Amino acid sequence: MSDNTNHHIVPYRTYGLILLLLLVLTGTSVAVTQIELTRWATVVALLLASTKSAFVLAIFMHLKFDQNIYKIMATLIILLVAVVIVLTFLDYGFR
Amino acid sequence: MSSNNTNHTGYKSYLEEDGGRKGIFKWILSTDHKRIGLLYLYAMMGWFIVGVVLGLLMKLELIAPGKTIMGPQAYNATFTVHGVIMIFLIVIPGLPAVFGNFMLPIQIGAKDVAFPRLNLFSWYIYVLGGILVIISLFGNGPPDTGWTFYAPYSFKTGTNMLPAALGAFVLGFSSILTGLNFIVTIHRMRAPGMTWFKMPLFPWSLYGTAWIQLLATPVIGITLLMVAGERILGIGFFDPAKGGDPLLYQHLFWIYSHPAVYIMILPAMGAISEIIPTFSKKTIFGYKAIVISTLAIAFVGYFVWGHHMYTSGMSGAALWAFSLLTFIVAIPSAIKVFNWISTMHQGSISTEIPFLWAASFIFIFMIGGLTGLVLGSLAVDVHLHDTAFVVAHFHFIVFGGVGFAFFGAMHYWFPKIFGRMFDKSWAKTGWITFSIGFVTLYGPMFYLGIMGMPRRYFDYLDEFHGPNIISTMGALVMIAGFLIILINLIKSARHGEKTTEMNPWGGTNLEWQIPTPPPLENFDEIPVIDKATYKYD
Ligand SMILES: [Cu+2]
Repeated sequence: MSDNTNHHIVPYRTYGLILLLLLVLTGTSVAVTQIELTRWATVVALLLASTKSAFVLAIFMHLKFDQNIYKIMATLIILLVAVVIVLTFLDYGFR
Repeated sequence: MSSNNTNHTGYKSYLEEDGGRKGIFKWILSTDHKRIGLLYLYAMMGWFIVGVVLGLLMKLELIAPGKTIMGPQAYNATFTVHGVIMIFLIVIPGLPAVFGNFMLPIQIGAKDVAFPRLNLFSWYIYVLGGILVIISLFGNGPPDTGWTFYAPYSFKTGTNMLPAALGAFVLGFSSILTGLNFIVTIHRMRAPGMTWFKMPLFPWSLYGTAWIQLLATPVIGITLLMVAGERILGIGFFDPAKGGDPLLYQHLFWIYSHPAVYIMILPAMGAISEIIPTFSKKTIFGYKAIVISTLAIAFVGYFVWGHHMYTSGMSGAALWAFSLLTFIVAIPSAIKVFNWISTMHQGSISTEIPFLWAASFIFIFMIGGLTGLVLGSLAVDVHLHDTAFVVAHFHFIVFGGVGFAFFGAMHYWFPKIFGRMFDKSWAKTGWITFSIGFVTLYGPMFYLGIMGMPRRYFDYLDEFHGPNIISTMGALVMIAGFLIILINLIKSARHGEKTTEMNPWGGTNLEWQIPTPPPLENFDEIPVIDKATYKYD
């Protein structure tokens, strides 16, 4: 556990900025529904949501300052979910 | 080897160490991983008897065309509750809950799992899930949707579908927490010197399984909540009348439920990989190939769910992708079979009871696996989908595969767990009777399916009568075998010949190097591992 002791302190300013960014991205994903994107609507919504969760994972959940093994685990899991979504859309995209 | 067989005296086994508690509290308040494993075993045994009785009722109904002992509604409820019990309460917790809990810490040289209290909590969640399933039997009548709860019927039926789905939802948490516990245990608590590639294969299979439990189970949780939202609030996720898509339900359901098949079968394969080298007196063939195939199954297993939906109207692109992936996922399973056979080759085989179960596992599992490929090919599946063929196939895998491995593991670790030996001649009679009954019960259903008999009907055409009689007779023989096995094990656990022999079968892993039955924290001193596993001199 010795390598876990480097407590990284994130300044409040960063937290505030990330919060602001999340709010802007939320606004964007609402606004973007006004545009007729047809089949790309889901892609855009998912990309915006993924960007948001990436910030939450990296900063709020401290993944950015953690050991590599956790970064690798989290990345692999996200990739897994991504492949599952792509496979699902092999059905919805080509019906 | 011989030094391993010295008897230990003057220690307290986990069965005597009761933490100062009385009666049932010795069990239900204990955080000892071994006692928790047995708690699962006893709970699952009770459920299994209920599930078997429901299965028998279906077979009795099907002994002749028309109504024999029940009508359509009762039949639909019977196969639903049979499925819910057998899947969610028995084969999904299955080997990890019982033997994983008992053996994982011992096999990796740890005193317990990483989170013992969480482990006991998982068992309580399991019990709560079981209670919800019982509740679903009352009120508006037992659910009649099938264990798959397919939309749109699942939010239209007037029966008690919600408590059963909620039961499955709650049981999912038990599964997730067990998986989490095992992952942390394996990462953090291996004995010094036990590198990843010195870890025995049963813990490896539990590791692959744990990741599936952790990552796939939340999907079914969300899906069942969506059905609840549909039923209670009428949201319209799956209702075509509201712009929803019933196929979305099938996707979400099988995104969990196909990986769940590997939650069931991977630990079974792990147990077989323990039994075969021990009774062949030979190092396992292709250790690394088995490890890699375990991880490959766990990974690729996520991407094949669509093979349950070939006839649902899915797009052509998805059809061929899922069929291709299904054929790919069969490869690592086949690798394991070749490795087991090669381990036996030129080994010095002793046909003790656990070995008989393992050998018949390979036979039964091969039939189940290969008929799975029959169903995995697109054109053939159009003919076979929703017929008795499918039922025969998954009973060969889920009951034949998991069940045979479970009985094998039960007999293999029995002396270690209870400190007593079972009656070997009764055990052999039970195994033969059970195996003959099993093949007679499910074999004819392959034929019936090819001839076109649909599944999930209480009635059938006259031309299907003959094979159905054979199948029901098989059920009776199989249940006779099951009773012999069960009574023999229960009697032997209580009154069997006492044994303190550390290593009755001549196994090589850590569980055979500690006293029988094990002491409370398994090891006085944590062992240091300096050689590869499964090494025979
Ligand atoms: Cu499947």
